[in-house]
Amino acid sequence: MSDELHGKPGEGIGARVPRKEDARHMQGRGAFVADMQFPGQREVAFLRSPVAHGQLRSVVKPVGFESSVFVRADMAGVLPIAAPSTLPTFKLAVQHPLAEGKVRFVGEPVAMAIARTRADAEDIAETIELQIDELPVHVDAHKARLDRTNLLHADWGDNVFLTLNYENGFDAAMKDATVVVRREVSLARQAMVPMEGRATLALWDDRAGQLVVYTSTQVPHVIRVGIAHFLGIDEGLVRVISPDVGGGFGYKCVLWPEDLCVAWLALRDRRPYRWIEDRREHLVAGANCRQHAYALTGYADQRGRLLALDAEITIDGGAYSNWPFTIGLEPGQATGNLPGPYDIRGYRVKTHCVATNKPGFLPYRGVARTGVCFAMEQLMDAIARAVDRDPFDVRMENLVTAAAMPYNSIARKHYDSGDYPRALTMARDKIGIEAWRERQRRGEPDGRRIGIGFASYCEQSAHGTSVFASWGLPLVPGYDSATVRTTPDGGLEVRVGVHSHGQGMETTLAQVAHEVTGVPVARIHVVHGDTGLTPFSTGTYASRSIVMAGGAVARACESLIPRYRHIGAHMLGCTTDETRFEGGEVRGPSGSVSLREIAAAWYLRPERLPADVDRNGLEATLGYKPDVDTGAFSYASHAVVVAVDMESGGVEVLDYVIVEDCGTLVNPMVVEGQTLGGVVQGIGTALYEESPYDENGQPLASTLADYTLPGATEVPPIRIYHLETPSPYTKFGIKGMGEGGAIAPPAVIFNAVNDALADLGVEVNETPLDPRRLLEAIERARVAAPARKVA
Amino acid sequence: MKAARFAYERPADLSSAVRALGEYAAASGDAKPMAGGQSLGPMLNLRLARPGRVIDLSRIAALRCIESAATSASVVPDGRWRIGAAVTHAEIEDSPAPLDGRGFLRHVASGIAYRAVRNRGTIGGSLAHADPAADWPLALNALGAQVCILGPGGRRDVSAADFMRAGFSTVLADDEIIEAIDGPVLSAEARWGYWKICRKTGEFPEASAAAVFDPVRGHARIVAGALGTAPVALEGLAEAVARLGSVALTTHAVDQALVDAVSGLDAVERKLHVTALLRATRQVFES
Ligand SMILES: Cc1cc2nc3c(=O)[nH]c(=O)nc-3n(C[C@H](O)[C@H](O)[C@H](O)COP(=O)(O)OP(=O)(O)OC[C@H]3O[C@@H](n4cnc5c(N)ncnc54)[C@H](O)[C@@H]3O)c2cc1C
Repeated sequence: MSDELHGKPGEGIGARVPRKEDARHMQGRGAFVADMQFPGQREVAFLRSPVAHGQLRSVVKPVGFESSVFVRADMAGVLPIAAPSTLPTFKLAVQHPLAEGKVRFVGEPVAMAIARTRADAEDIAETIELQIDELPVHVDAHKARLDRTNLLHADWGDNVFLTLNYENGFDAAMKDATVVVRREVSLARQAMVPMEGRATLALWDDRAGQLVVYTSTQVPHVIRVGIAHFLGIDEGLVRVISPDVGGGFGYKCVLWPEDLCVAWLALRDRRPYRWIEDRREHLVAGANCRQHAYALTGYADQRGRLLALDAEITIDGGAYSNWPFTIGLEPGQATGNLPGPYDIRGYRVKTHCVATNKPGFLPYRGVARTGVCFAMEQLMDAIARAVDRDPFDVRMENLVTAAAMPYNSIARKHYDSGDYPRALTMARDKIGIEAWRERQRRGEPDGRRIGIGFASYCEQSAHGTSVFASWGLPLVPGYDSATVRTTPDGGLEVRVGVHSHGQGMETTLAQVAHEVTGVPVARIHVVHGDTGLTPFSTGTYASRSIVMAGGAVARACESLIPRYRHIGAHMLGCTTDETRFEGGEVRGPSGSVSLREIAAAWYLRPERLPADVDRNGLEATLGYKPDVDTGAFSYASHAVVVAVDMESGGVEVLDYVIVEDCGTLVNPMVVEGQTLGGVVQGIGTALYEESPYDENGQPLASTLADYTLPGATEVPPIRIYHLETPSPYTKFGIKGMGEGGAIAPPAVIFNAVNDALADLGVEVNETPLDPRRLLEAIERARVAAPARKVA
Repeated sequence: MKAARFAYERPADLSSAVRALGEYAAASGDAKPMAGGQSLGPMLNLRLARPGRVIDLSRIAALRCIESAATSASVVPDGRWRIGAAVTHAEIEDSPAPLDGRGFLRHVASGIAYRAVRNRGTIGGSLAHADPAADWPLALNALGAQVCILGPGGRRDVSAADFMRAGFSTVLADDEIIEAIDGPVLSAEARWGYWKICRKTGEFPEASAAAVFDPVRGHARIVAGALGTAPVALEGLAEAVARLGSVALTTHAVDQALVDAVSGLDAVERKLHVTALLRATRQVFES
């Protein structure tokens, strides 16, 4: 890792504090749902639809196992999962916890079986008889969009979830263009493949009189709302605990049918039930992200300045929407983020989100921005080639400048701060462009071709009420709360409703609390993941938690300081005005008193307190949201060098540089870890990952033998450099950055490959870039230009 | 997914293993030997294999030894080596002396999957499983090794080239097991090449090729793997390369030899296989 020196001393904001949560994970002592076992626990296995589209005629329970098998009709009173949205044209897709009437994708849960072990439950499940009349299948979003006869949802009239149209200044801006560049690019469908799949264990707690749901989720409070709502019971009867979670990425930010089914079983029988998703279920029923297709037309001038952009975006939405975010999030983000970090004056876009017979789309790390960055950055390179300029120079021509900040984009996003051209310039310098260009000219001894690529993006993080409310969702994030409790021995307990599952928030939120209170990080205990122990939050998604929960933690800590000082002043025999709170103690003219002594006074020796002590004690719960909640925009430029093997179709990443700016860094090491993880996922999108379907809607990658993920040996050396432009709108100037790493890799790698092959007229534009797609593109170019010799 | 119910047995010696397998094969026909479980395990879990009984061979000492004339002259004749069927890829990778004289087996073993799989997966299991893209069916074919088979009726040897009939299909009968692999020690003049085109480390290849030339024994073989069926030897090409040297090794000649021997390849597959064959065979001239 480069830039190791970036970081402040101490343990507060900006310090490279080692992650507190790593100790248990490094020792295999984490507690995941699959580690849990309760007396009398039963395991659940789901029978899933073997066909992509069909009318469910009958589900026959095996003789002798009638009481161990459940179908939709058994779950009277449980509501189907559906989330409305006020986005124009949005249609409601209703999903039952177990299929009713129709099945709409391979892997859709149809029935469930229970038994002492999972193997026994699977034995029972496979003897359930299904009768399904097959219906015509849609696997191609372009075709499904135009088909008004064969419908997934009969009452829709077509197969379109929603269409977003947006136009701003297009006609006026395009008129001045002298160069018109068209490109079509697309991304394959994928699965998110968290290390831990989904997992839910529900039990009835007689003592508390509550249904306790242990579930691997990013959003425990939201799941509580959902389970109570769809089961039709009081929220007070439900407690949701999200223990250690092995990766979320968006896959675990919604309520799933299986969660509802397991909760229903536990409520019904008052005994523990558990379901653990296996890898096959994940790859089949969870192939639900990234599949976008773009048709872009860029209107530019001779210098490559992009004046106006025309776009048609098609998103293969799969069969269902989701609760609570709805499928509208994806087209909404695509439409609003396509212009990216560029200063464009005219924009026209039409975004279709289409229903097909695949698992319903979910927001995956980077939500739509991986796709829009892929599209925009390829267009930038194409414009550069059209005007015969270096792609770097053309980008510099188009980027929003630091002087223009804050900047209102053509898609009405409000970019709060940053110096985009500086990040790109630094990326070019750090990758060492001149030396690589020289090597590229010289040629490689092994015949491979060198290519250099750039990609830039900006990333809306921590967007709040105003943004989500404009989509009219059932659930809109508002003030995030934190409870900070001083313990009797002068430590802190920090309780937050967001969830940390790899983001390191048990450390970074402690750093925030340390920054305000001076209490050592080791003595600050962050509690999260339990609706019974933490204040409400909509949870962890959209790169929001460090801004929102971090702000709440800081505010709660700040509110305690006057109380500490007031007690301290009394103990020191001076006035509160004469004291300061510093280094974890109250200092007065004649001496100091430690937080430990102050806490002891409040809890254990109240005779030492002043008579007018603040009755709220040494604990506070406060809410926070940024005053301007349109988002704090992180951004980055990535630069990459690849070597392309023309004979094997292999692509090796030789060097990878990232210059990122996420505002004030809370912990550079955590930022680097998050970035690296995201980049590896982005490399997966670029080169490896794909969930293909045959024409009958059968998934062709149902095990990891067919679904290729990058492994340790596929990860190149990655050098990360930081810029720090604090957001003017957030506490401490922090910006969210959890998703960014996954946004640029497909764009930057494809641009590098296209750079390597530009003189052959080869352009690749469809993820993942496997040997077949690459060799076919080379062959196409060879046929198209027979005069040109392909090396 | 979890495996369907099966009975499990771990015989201590070879004869009880063969006896058990024979009995169940005769009675119900649904017993399966298991070695490293690296292929059978996933098949059981996905319920693609549903044997009534699994007979674990992994602890049978007789299947676990590596022998050469140097280690146990009494069993293995001069100029031969012998590897028990239940020897793991990792054990071959780590074997101290190049068993075959030229380090070919060691190299092949070290490139199978990744270490965790190599720690358990066995040479016999790999041959019996007969994945078209697997390493041992290709490498042992190129080397001209023999597969020693043991059944209720006794022992028989089949050449590695004939052992695999097609993808996931071999000449083994239900009641037979592989006992060992037996092959020639290469001469000092022998050269080999081995190339796999894999999307990532540890992944089965898209195309693979092995070339073994031993002028002293008059052995010349170039074999293409990962063709969806058993590996295919390009005999004319090998013979030309042995006779004429590297001048015979043109892209055109390799391509021609491939399409003559294998039908139904599309343009990309053809390109990948030609690349693997060229790169494997070129190594013969580079070492
Ligand atoms: C992730 C992964 C990656 C892999 N990558 C590669 C690779 O790149 N190249 C490669 O070649 N292989 C690869 N493999 C397969 C691996 O090499 C296995 O070891 C091999 O296929 C089977 O060996 P095994 O000992 O595990 O056999 P098992 O799984 O135990 O058995 C496989 C089959 O062989 C039969 N069998 C086993 N032993 C005998 C015997 N002595 N006599 C008769 N029948 C027997 C079993 O009944 C079964 O049908 C990979 C496996 C995994 C899990």
